[in-house]
Amino acid sequence: MIVSGSSERIERHTLAVLVVNEPGVLARVIGLFAGRGYNIESLTVAEVERDKGLSRITLVTSGTRMIIDQIKSQLERLVPIRRVRDLTEEGPFVGRELALVKVVGETGGGHTRRGDVLRIAEGFGARIIDSSESSFVFEVTESTEKVDQFLSMMVGLGRLEVARTGIVALSRGPESI
Amino acid sequence: MSERRMSGAEMVLAALADNGVETVFGYPGGAVLPIYDAIFQQNRIRHVLVRQEGGAVHAAEGYARSTGRVGCVLVTSGPGATNAVTGLLDAQMDSIPLVCITGQVPTHLIGNDAFQEADTTGITRPCTKHNYLVKDVEQLAATIHEAFHVARSGRPGPVLIDLPKDIQFATGTYRTPDECNFSYRPAYEPEAAAIEKVIAMIAEAERPLFYTGGGVINSGPQAATALTDLVRLTGIPCTSTLMGLGAFPASDPHFLGMLGMHGTYEANLATHGCDLLICVGARFDDRVTGKVSAFSPGSKKIHIDIDASSINKNVRVDLPVVGDAGRALEMILGSWRESGLQVKAEALAAWWRQIDKWRAVDCLAYERADPVIKPQYALERLRDALKGRDDVFITTEVGQHQMWAAQFLPFEKPNRWMTSGGLGTMGYGLPAAVGVQMAHPGATVIDVAGEASILMNIQEMSTAVQYRLPVKIFILNNKWMGMVRQWQELLHGGRFSESYTAALPDFVKLAEAFGGTGLRATTVDDLDEAIAKMLAAPGPVILDVVVDETEMCFPMIPGGAAHNEIMLRRQDRTESDPAAREEGMVLV
Repeated sequence: MIVSGSSERIERHTLAVLVVNEPGVLARVIGLFAGRGYNIESLTVAEVERDKGLSRITLVTSGTRMIIDQIKSQLERLVPIRRVRDLTEEGPFVGRELALVKVVGETGGGHTRRGDVLRIAEGFGARIIDSSESSFVFEVTESTEKVDQFLSMMVGLGRLEVARTGIVALSRGPESI
Repeated sequence: MSERRMSGAEMVLAALADNGVETVFGYPGGAVLPIYDAIFQQNRIRHVLVRQEGGAVHAAEGYARSTGRVGCVLVTSGPGATNAVTGLLDAQMDSIPLVCITGQVPTHLIGNDAFQEADTTGITRPCTKHNYLVKDVEQLAATIHEAFHVARSGRPGPVLIDLPKDIQFATGTYRTPDECNFSYRPAYEPEAAAIEKVIAMIAEAERPLFYTGGGVINSGPQAATALTDLVRLTGIPCTSTLMGLGAFPASDPHFLGMLGMHGTYEANLATHGCDLLICVGARFDDRVTGKVSAFSPGSKKIHIDIDASSINKNVRVDLPVVGDAGRALEMILGSWRESGLQVKAEALAAWWRQIDKWRAVDCLAYERADPVIKPQYALERLRDALKGRDDVFITTEVGQHQMWAAQFLPFEKPNRWMTSGGLGTMGYGLPAAVGVQMAHPGATVIDVAGEASILMNIQEMSTAVQYRLPVKIFILNNKWMGMVRQWQELLHGGRFSESYTAALPDFVKLAEAFGGTGLRATTVDDLDEAIAKMLAAPGPVILDVVVDETEMCFPMIPGGAAHNEIMLRRQDRTESDPAAREEGMVLV
């Protein structure tokens, strides 16, 4: 569909989107992505400025340069969208996501495994928020890559159940959206 | 200030009046009865009762496109809203400003699968520019004002307001548009630096071409004037999309005709061969580009558009200019005059010599016949009968007749040509003609139609009769869905699957049954007299022109082909590249 589009590199971008917190606004954003065949890798949303009724969506998407530009201008065109910033393009930013990770050990499993689990958790700064004889629930707040790393370390040590928020992000330095 | 306290229904009418609405196209039903009651008790706003809600939206589109104002629709909940959906998407695709008010079940019943309930905002979210569900009567007036602001600002489009019945009954305080602030503020003014680059590129070009679209018309008559002045001043050739016809006068020698799938040979080869393509208010739609990878391969491209998302969507351009088309054209014209820059006269003269050679091919030529009426001949006779009249508005349905109308009827002014371009909605033309005639009571309004399309909204003939609208329906009747038949012949081995209408009505009797005039022309000898009678008829009239059944519309760039692979006649069908043909078959 796009001139020389197929040969282009796929990029991953993190977008920060300020929207008016009104009914249907998330449906508009998601509908735009579904209707035009864009990818959503993660999306988080919550109200951030109550007095102005603004919510902030942090959205991770991927595509060619031309598609990323399209996504931004298509978002900007939606009436309740106030601002769209491409954090990936506009400079360094910090992104964090929260993961809850349940690690279930084998029943009657050795204490060495339990010890390994706790050591790794400590190394990643994971907090224990629930524990039982055979399980832990950890809370990890980190970059996506660090969370991935934590999970890959844990995967051999028990059965995992994972809930992740997807990232929220802010630009570094004094600049704001 | 007790007069500012009123019911939601009264507020609707006050807000419409404050936004300059004089005519509303609609159809009543349970969920809008309070508004209809309010309509009954006032006389500022005229209501036009259509025969199906789809007709109301197309009528409002015709009204909007022929006047440059926002068209207005009022329909009920459930089926009223769903019937309006096609028209809303049509307006969305063609950037037509509309405000559509739909009734909704009372707020406490929303979500309960109540009688005539539909999730109207959910259904129409992707086919409107924006939509609202009003749940508080105190927000109603501001919402309606904002809806008009959104519909007409930036790239225009349809806006829907879903209005539950209890809100129509509730009492609230009316606010005028001046008391409301709108946060939606799309860019209007192009950047001066970009304009300077445009004129530098024009001065550098050897084979420049203007490619203009509906955005020039949406921008207003001053945009068409600026375009005309700029083209004449620089001497650069100009082609137009289907939607843009009339923005530049067709009779001007700089005009190459329409480009794209059924565009002229000279327009398409000029697009293919130019070294600077200046796109103004058009969107590199697939009907225009053909095979994207082979589209205008040797040119630098400038794209002027008010919608940034149209830029670099299909075709990568060298210079984007975001802003209003008319404003950009005026700035280019001003900068060009001030700068003292000149076009490369010798190169441009050589470019024109090349274009004249393409013109000499006479791509719209067709085989004359007698007594059988060729559809092209019928349109030529219609064109000649209309010559010298300044009051002609043309609408069309969708198909071969639409393309022939675009090729054979000359448009000298903007807002005179109403056609469904982006969505390609059969059944658009008759209700659109009703809307145009409501806006221009004394004008000659002609719906160039096919016998298949006209049956999709023929019920609006009844509307035309009720309001004594002398719309003229000019049917090119070949008994086939002509464009479907053409593709089946060219791409599907001549297997004419379901494209023949075996039981057509007698259109003369049909017109009479509705209370209009019915006429028929079956031979070349009948034609002129029939056209004269059609033009003289005082009320709604159908002229059934029986035309050659198998005529095809040329030139044609088959789907997936490049502009220089244009077909001029049946015999040009290429068997040589089956891959290209298969690709074309997949495209529509």
